Amino acid sequence: MSHSAVKPTPASPTPEGGHLLEVRDLHVEFRTGEGVARVINGVSYHLDAGETLAVLGESGSGKSVTAQAIMGILDTPPANVRSGQILYRGRDLLGQSEEQRRQVRGKEIAMIFQDALSALNPVFPVGWQIGETLRHREGMSRGDARARTVELMDLVRIPAAASRLGDYPHQFSGGMRQRVMIAMALALNPKVLIADEPTTALDVTVQAQIMDLLADLRRDLDMAMILITHDLGVVAGVADRIAVMYAGRIVEHADVHSLYRAPAHPYTKGLLESIPRLDVRGQALSTIRGLPPNLMRIPSGCPFHPRCPYVQQVCVDVVPHDLVLGDGRTSACHFAQEVCDDSAR
Amino acid sequence: MLRFILRRLLQMVLAFFGTTLIVYALMFAGQGDPIQALAGERPVTAAQRAYLTEKYHLDATGVGGFFYRYFDYLKNLLQGDLGQSLTGRQIGDILAAAWPVTVKLALIAMAVTIVIGVTAGVIAGIRRGSIFDNATLVLTLLVLGIPTIVLAPLAQYLLGVKWQLFPPTAGANPDLYALLLPGIVLGSLSLATALRLTRTSVAENLRADYVRTARSKGLVKRRIVGVHVLRNSLIPVITFLGVEMGNLMSGAIITEGVFNIPGIGFNLFRGIRTEDGPLVVGIVSVLVVVYLVSNLVVDVLYAVLDPRIRYE
Amino acid sequence: MSDFETVAATENQAARRGPSGEPGAPNQVGVPRKPRSLAGDAWRDLRRKPIFWISLFLVVLVAAMAVVPALFTANDPRDCVLSRQHAGPSGGAIFGYDFQGCDTYSRAVYGARASLLVGALSALFTGLIAVVVGMLAGYFGRWVDAVLSRVIDIVLGIPLLLAAIVLLKRVSASSDNVRLFAVIFVLAALGWTTAARVIRSSVITAKEQDYVAAARMLGAGNGRIMWRHILPNALAPAIVVLTIALGSFISAEATLSFLGIGLKSPTISWGIDIDAGRVHMRESATPLVVPSTFLALTVLAFIMLGDAIRDAFDPKLR
Repeated sequence: MSHSAVKPTPASPTPEGGHLLEVRDLHVEFRTGEGVARVINGVSYHLDAGETLAVLGESGSGKSVTAQAIMGILDTPPANVRSGQILYRGRDLLGQSEEQRRQVRGKEIAMIFQDALSALNPVFPVGWQIGETLRHREGMSRGDARARTVELMDLVRIPAAASRLGDYPHQFSGGMRQRVMIAMALALNPKVLIADEPTTALDVTVQAQIMDLLADLRRDLDMAMILITHDLGVVAGVADRIAVMYAGRIVEHADVHSLYRAPAHPYTKGLLESIPRLDVRGQALSTIRGLPPNLMRIPSGCPFHPRCPYVQQVCVDVVPHDLVLGDGRTSACHFAQEVCDDSAR
Repeated sequence: MLRFILRRLLQMVLAFFGTTLIVYALMFAGQGDPIQALAGERPVTAAQRAYLTEKYHLDATGVGGFFYRYFDYLKNLLQGDLGQSLTGRQIGDILAAAWPVTVKLALIAMAVTIVIGVTAGVIAGIRRGSIFDNATLVLTLLVLGIPTIVLAPLAQYLLGVKWQLFPPTAGANPDLYALLLPGIVLGSLSLATALRLTRTSVAENLRADYVRTARSKGLVKRRIVGVHVLRNSLIPVITFLGVEMGNLMSGAIITEGVFNIPGIGFNLFRGIRTEDGPLVVGIVSVLVVVYLVSNLVVDVLYAVLDPRIRYE
Repeated sequence: MSDFETVAATENQAARRGPSGEPGAPNQVGVPRKPRSLAGDAWRDLRRKPIFWISLFLVVLVAAMAVVPALFTANDPRDCVLSRQHAGPSGGAIFGYDFQGCDTYSRAVYGARASLLVGALSALFTGLIAVVVGMLAGYFGRWVDAVLSRVIDIVLGIPLLLAAIVLLKRVSASSDNVRLFAVIFVLAALGWTTAARVIRSSVITAKEQDYVAAARMLGAGNGRIMWRHILPNALAPAIVVLTIALGSFISAEATLSFLGIGLKSPTISWGIDIDAGRVHMRESATPLVVPSTFLALTVLAFIMLGDAIRDAFDPKLR
């Protein structure tokens, strides 16, 4: 095989304790009536204090499941975390008791969800829902919790916050509801904020406002953020690094600029080429052929091989390792360097 | 909220006129001899005939006459004057004596429903697929499938006559103990329905997105289930219980009849048996009103419980 | 392979049982044609359930009793001799005799006919009303739907027993057949709402399907689309509802007869016999227990049958 013209070295393991949050070789499967779906197959990524990591992928790629595994809110069963580590400040969350994990939720790592209308409880006023976290986690009095709730709602720029405490989720617009979710997640000053497709359910103009808000809050409150999305456009202005997921694996991992300039995995390349660009006239938009894999029957070798324009026999036979391309970039592709060179051209 | 109640109130008034008109028309319109129709196969004395003719204005004829008589009946109904039964007693008096018993019985049935039905439903909903869950599903199906006319006499025979755990019949002034068995029999159907409804509702709400949010807030499980899930899943259950309270008060005909409990249902049962038309019409009219009012209360209750309805 | 043969056999049998071409006739028994795999899954699921087989067996047994009671007992249920009052089992009378000196078992067997007749006919008429109302409301939508949905709400708000008392009071002096049909009329007039709602919502779903749009583009009229394309899809869930309703209609008939406003002697009905047995339960309990058991098992059989089929078709909440 001639694919080893360049000699990429295998990724070296990250040194112990260096990162704020680190996922190591996580495997999660779902047991259903029809069989076992292997949703996460060895995901590793890390997050340092103060940075924003974007996790990119199609629905079903396992990006949300990884986040829920970090939070410890997967429904088990059907989900089952088979192996791996989730290190927060060097301690493995997966080895902790439910009570210890509960303490981490909200206070250390908080999460906001895609559809705020269903993610908020329909029968309680928003003020009550935000205040509940303060009252039951911090032991605040009703009055203190109320005052702090107004502060939080001001912080996420909800107009006339004090007068809206008693309103119910369905009385807010989509953007305002998402702000309520964010205020709720910020209540306990978490160090890590996981935003799971925070703008997918919103209008385009509102999307931008929410992304700006998240970026500002991350900076002002000195949090680290994991931004889960399927939208490359959302990522560009906000993220420091991007991890691209496919079939429950990280296929490419790079800083934003390198990745946009020259993707090193055919899947990322396909994703980028399917975005219309304003600066190129008359270009033909390409699409990635084929369908996302069935997680009960993941293809052999590289799971992307049935859809890949670079496919060779080795892709069908051998699972590609993460190959380091320099600048800490990795790509799980046998032909990473070729793809990267191709893209840079 | 106020507008919602007013609108429902208006609907109720319309439904009241509609239903009473139907009841009245069916009882009196197009009969060759309305008095004989009231009395069924019983012979009617001249005195009774004169009383009924005057009471229901049967001497007025035609469509105009019908509506004249209908509004007269309505007026009397609203004034609480239900007239006399064929036995000569004031129907109002009969009902006044019967209400407390029926309400007591309905409350026992309701207590049984809530204590056993809702509690077991919550447990079954949380432990969906468990042995407890499957057992309650089969048991409730059995209860739902066994008609009251089977359940009541058999319970009376086995628990009252054969094993003598309960008094088989209640008698004129039943105490709480005498009402217990009939209350359980009466409540069993509501219990089964409430259990299944609660189970489904809890199971559905446990999978709702807001539960995931509550977990990510780091709340303890007891609070997530006990406050977030329960508050949502009990909305349909409480609504059902409200409707059921109306049903229990009007639907105790069989149970009160079998156990000889001198409540509303028993009097209706006896009215039917003795072909006492005025008594049946009087009681049915009152029960229809009870039913309509309880439905209104339930709708208002629903609006209070579910903010999404309240602000529509 | 053999699975599909069994399904096909069941379907054929069912088709032969109902009057052919009659809408609402139970000629599909919850096995819709369109989603083949769903029907296949449901059947595989059903086949494993003992409750399904037990209830099906009971339904067939009671149906046989209703059609040819003489197969099950040689005794005439109306051959009553007061001297045999509450006598023990003898001859064909395996459960002895009741207060009137009639054969308890024989009366229970002959009681199946009235129950099933009322149940089946009420379900049939219920089905007819429900198909018409549900189809019109679901297919035409807009004001037709608004009006019909309000009508459904109102009918649903009428307490069945009270309404039945009022309605049946009018025919209390009429002949047996009039009373029988009055009972059927009352049950159908008040009992069609649930099925109509079910049909309405499946019609709304079916209406949006591509093949309906295709049929319309090919120039099919409203009537043809409703009859040929939408109805077959809406029928399966409705039949499940009607199976359960049949059970509750039987229960309602017995209750009305028990109260003395439904069927009356000399018609033989479980409700009448339960009432009679109840009065004399202290002397002898069998005349109460036997018809009670027949009634309870019959009602249960229909309800469990419907429940099992529905579970098989709706795996959402398993």
